[in-house]
Amino acid sequence: MTINQSGWKPAAPVAGPGDTGTITGNRALMLEEALIFEIGDTDTTGVDFADGEAGKSRLGNLARTSEIGLPGLTEPETVRHYTRLSRQNYAIDLGLFPLGSCTMKHNPRLNEKVARLPGFADIHPLQPRETVGGALEVINELAFWLIDLTGMHGVAMSPKAGAHGELCGLLCIRAALEARGDAREVVLVPESAHGTNPATAAFCGYRVENIPATDGGRVDLEALKGRLGPDVAAVMITNPNTCGLFEPDMKAISDAVHAAGGFVYCDGANFNAIVGKVRPGDLGIDAMHINLHKTFSTPHGGGGPGSGPVVLSEALSPYGPLPYTARTADGVVHLVEEEQAEEFSQVHFGGAMQSFGRMTAFHGQMGMFTRALAYILSHGADGLKQVAEDAVLNANYVLRSLEDVLDAPFARSGPCMHEAIFSDAGFAGGITTLDLAKALIDEGFHPMTMYFPLVVHGAMLVEPTETESKAALDQFIAALRSIAERARAGDESLKSAPVYAPRRRLDETLAARKPVIGWKTPAPDAPKISGRNEVGGQ
Amino acid sequence: MRYLPLSDADRSAMLEVVGAGSIDELFRDVPESARQSGPIAGLPHHASELAVERHLAKRARKNIPAGEVPFFLGCGAYKHHIPASVDHLIQRGEYLTAYTPYQPEIAQGTLQVLFEFQSQVARLYGCEVANASMYDGSTACWEAIGMARRITRRTKAVVSSGLHPHYVSVCKTMARFTGDTLETAVPELGAETDGERLIAAIDRETSAVVVQYPDILGRIADLQPIADAAHAAGALLIAVVTEPVALGAIRAPGEMGADIVVGEGQSIGVGLQFGGPYVGLFACREKHVRQMPGRIAGETVDAEGKRGFVLTLSTREQHIRREKATSNICTNSGLCALAFSIHMTLLGEKGLRQLAALNHARAVEVAERLAAIPGVRLVNDSFFNEFTLELPVEARPAVHAMVERGVLGGVSLGRLYPVVDALANGLVVAVTETVTDEHIDALEGALKEVVA
Repeated sequence: MTINQSGWKPAAPVAGPGDTGTITGNRALMLEEALIFEIGDTDTTGVDFADGEAGKSRLGNLARTSEIGLPGLTEPETVRHYTRLSRQNYAIDLGLFPLGSCTMKHNPRLNEKVARLPGFADIHPLQPRETVGGALEVINELAFWLIDLTGMHGVAMSPKAGAHGELCGLLCIRAALEARGDAREVVLVPESAHGTNPATAAFCGYRVENIPATDGGRVDLEALKGRLGPDVAAVMITNPNTCGLFEPDMKAISDAVHAAGGFVYCDGANFNAIVGKVRPGDLGIDAMHINLHKTFSTPHGGGGPGSGPVVLSEALSPYGPLPYTARTADGVVHLVEEEQAEEFSQVHFGGAMQSFGRMTAFHGQMGMFTRALAYILSHGADGLKQVAEDAVLNANYVLRSLEDVLDAPFARSGPCMHEAIFSDAGFAGGITTLDLAKALIDEGFHPMTMYFPLVVHGAMLVEPTETESKAALDQFIAALRSIAERARAGDESLKSAPVYAPRRRLDETLAARKPVIGWKTPAPDAPKISGRNEVGGQ
Repeated sequence: MRYLPLSDADRSAMLEVVGAGSIDELFRDVPESARQSGPIAGLPHHASELAVERHLAKRARKNIPAGEVPFFLGCGAYKHHIPASVDHLIQRGEYLTAYTPYQPEIAQGTLQVLFEFQSQVARLYGCEVANASMYDGSTACWEAIGMARRITRRTKAVVSSGLHPHYVSVCKTMARFTGDTLETAVPELGAETDGERLIAAIDRETSAVVVQYPDILGRIADLQPIADAAHAAGALLIAVVTEPVALGAIRAPGEMGADIVVGEGQSIGVGLQFGGPYVGLFACREKHVRQMPGRIAGETVDAEGKRGFVLTLSTREQHIRREKATSNICTNSGLCALAFSIHMTLLGEKGLRQLAALNHARAVEVAERLAAIPGVRLVNDSFFNEFTLELPVEARPAVHAMVERGVLGGVSLGRLYPVVDALANGLVVAVTETVTDEHIDALEGALKEVVA
C-alpha cells in the first residue's frame, strides 16, 4: 500500500517553476526534500533479514492486525533523504554559532570516536558489575575531575540534561531541609534567570519569587537580603549571569543565604567562562549543574542529548540520587544502587548517605561521560584555564568592536565574561532584534540568542566561545556592524531577511493557531498522485 | 592546544582592542580570593589525541560488550542490530553540531526530521500526536503522570506491578515532592498481570492508571478493559512501552484506549551505551496536546508560501511560561530521536514487522528450550521477545555463574527487586535478532550447569 498521496497539506513542499525558475524547485546545491510519508511506502524496506519460518505465536490474542502506516525507504534513498535534509541545517561545523548561554563550541571528533568504542557503546546498564568495571571507572574518574574543577564535595552524575540537573539540585535541597524538619516554601530566582529555573522550582512544589537586578545587571544584594527569611529554601543564581557578568557579591550572597538557613543553587550553564579559573565551591555554592554539552563540548545534536551532573556541597552530598559510584580505598569503583545503598552508607560513610531516590532508569548519560572525560583530559588544567580566558577574551573583543554601533547596556560597568549583551536601542524605522538576527543568517552566521534575558530590551546575547579564530570573529564583527548600521538607518529591507536561506521567514502564528504536528494520511477522495518521489520534486 | 585557534599574537592584538593590559583585567569582577593563581591543582596538563584515546580504550577493554558474548539482557534496554548508515548519518556535522532549532529558516533539516519522528512515534503507538522526545522512558513516564494530573485535576495514580521498578522509583522520587499519590505493587511470578487489581483500585480520585506493555516480566495483556474502567471513572490510561520493536507484532496501546503512551525508544537506532543517552517517546490524544510536555515541531508556510517547519505551541514551555510551564525540560534527546527516525525509515512497516516476527520466533524457541531444563519453569503464557523463568535456585548468583561461563544470560529479578524474596529465583531473558544458534546453545548449556 502506498502512503504517497497529496491534497491534504496546507501547502505544497516546493513552490514550483514559477518561483526558482527550475522544474524541480531546487537551486543547485540547495535541494528540496519531501517527507518520508510522501516518498516512502509501507512495502519498502532498507533492511534485509534472514528468512525464517514463522513459528508458533505466543502473543496472546494481541497480534497486530491493522496497518501501522510507517513508510520505508531503501538504504540509498534513506541516505539521500537525510543527507539532503542535513544541508538545510546550520551547524558549528559550518561557522560561528554565537547563541548566548548555549556555548556552541567545536565538538572534537576524538570524543565521538572514544564514545563509540564497543566497551562503552555496547554495554547494557544491568550487566553484572564484574563485566562493566571500566565503565564505572570512567564515571568515577569524570566525577573526580568535576569535583576537582569546581571545588565541591560530591557530584550526582545521573541527571540527563541541565534542567534535570536543576531538578536534582533542588531535590537535594528539599531533602536536606526535610531531614532537619524545616519545611520551607519559597525559592528566589533573579528576573534574568533561564526559564528552566522557575519551572524547576515550581516542579518541586516551591513558590517562586523574583529578585530584582541592579541597573548594572547584577543581583540586587540588598533586595535579596531583605527578602531572606525562614520561608526561603533556596536562591537560584546564574553565575556568570545571563547578562554575561560575574556576580562579584557571590560569596556575600551565599553567606547571607546560609545565615538565613537556606541553600544556594547555581545554574552552571555559564561555567565555560570560569572553568579552570574559579572554583564555585570557593563561592559558597551548595549545588550547581554542569551542562556537559556546553562547557565540556559534548555535541548539542540538534537539541540534545545533554548531560547535567550536579556538584554538591558537603551539606547536600548525602542526599544525591541513586545510583552513584564510589571508589573505596582498595581502588575498586562500586556502583551503589537501591539494594546496597543503606549498607554501603553504613560501612563507608558512617550512615550519612540518605539519597532522595532515583531520577532516571539507569546511570545517566554514559555516552556523554566518555566524551566529556576525553575533553577534560585533552585540555588538561592548563588547557581548561585557557578555554575560559579565550572565551572571555573573544566575547570582550566582540563587545568592544561593536559598542559604537550597538547599544551595550552594561559595557560601561566593565568587561563582560564569556558573552556580550546588546540591546535594540538606536534601531530606527521599526527595525527589531529579530530583523537583525535574520539578516545575520543571510551573511552566513547563526544568530545570537534573541530577547533573552528579559531584563534587556530587545536583547542580543552573543557567546562566541573560545574555538573561534580571530579571523572568524573579524568577519562576524564586520557583518554585524554592517547590519547594525542598516538597523540604525531604518533600512526596510532588513524586515524581509533572510533571503538566501532554504526558507524565508516562517509563519509561527499559523503553526500555533492551527497546529499540524504530524503527518495525516489524506482522505481517500483527495486527489492522488501516483508513483514515488513526485511530491517532493526530486 | 589543538582546539584553541587564538595565537599569542592574536591575543595581544585583541587585548589592545579591548583596552585591557592583561587577561586578568577581564576577570576583575572575580574577587581575588576566589581566583586560582595557576591552573587548578590535581589535573594533569593537556594531552595528545593518541594519549587520551589510549587512556579511554584501556578502560573500555575492561568491559564485556554485548556483541562479543551470548547476550540475553533486556528489562528496559535491548541489544538490536543498528544498520551502519544510521551512525554515519547522525555524525554529519549539520545534525551533530546544530542546536535546538530556534532559527527555523536555517534548521529545516532538524525540524523536518522531528516532524517525521513525531509522525512515526504517533503511528507506532496508535496515538494522534507525539512530541519531539524526552530524556528517556522513565522520565517520560513521570511526565505522563504529571500531565494526567493537570488534565484530570486529580492526584492519585494507580501503577501496575508490571511497570519497570526503576521507572516506579523515578515516579516515587518525584511524587514525594509534588503531592501525587502512587498506588504501587510488586509483581508475582505468575502468568497473569494485575489488571484486576488495577481496575479495583480506580476511583474518583484517580488521575491515571499506569501500565507497562509488555510488562517487566515480558507478559502481554489487553489494555482495553483497563482503559474502559479508567474512562468510566474519569481517569486516563497511561501505557508504557520499553521495547518499541514489540509494536511491530502486537497491537498499539492507542488502539486499546490508552490516552497517553510513553516509552523508551532505545531499541530503534540507539545503542545500549550503559543506559544513556536514550530517547523518551511521548504521544497522546490531540485534544490534550496543550498539556503535553516537551518540544513540538509543527508545519507552517514561509513568506513565499513554501511548506516549512517550526517549533510550535511553545506557550506550554519553560522559556515562555517559566514557573507555569508544563515541564522544565529544555534540551531533550534530539540526536537520538534522529537515530530512531532514520532506523525506523530504513525498516519501514515491512521491516519492522519482519524484525518483530524474527524476535518473537527466536524468543519462542529459546523459551521452549530453556523451559525444558529440569527445574526451570516458564512463567509467561504470552510474551514478545522477553520472558521470565523461575529457576530452582536464586537467579542473582546464577547470573554471575553464567558470566564465568562466558554468557550474559539475563537480568535477575533479585537485581531489580532486592528486597522481594518471592522474586529471587526469577530470571528475565531477552532474545533479539542478534542471537545466533551458537548463543542459544551456550545459554542453554550454562543455565543447565548453574541450576544443576
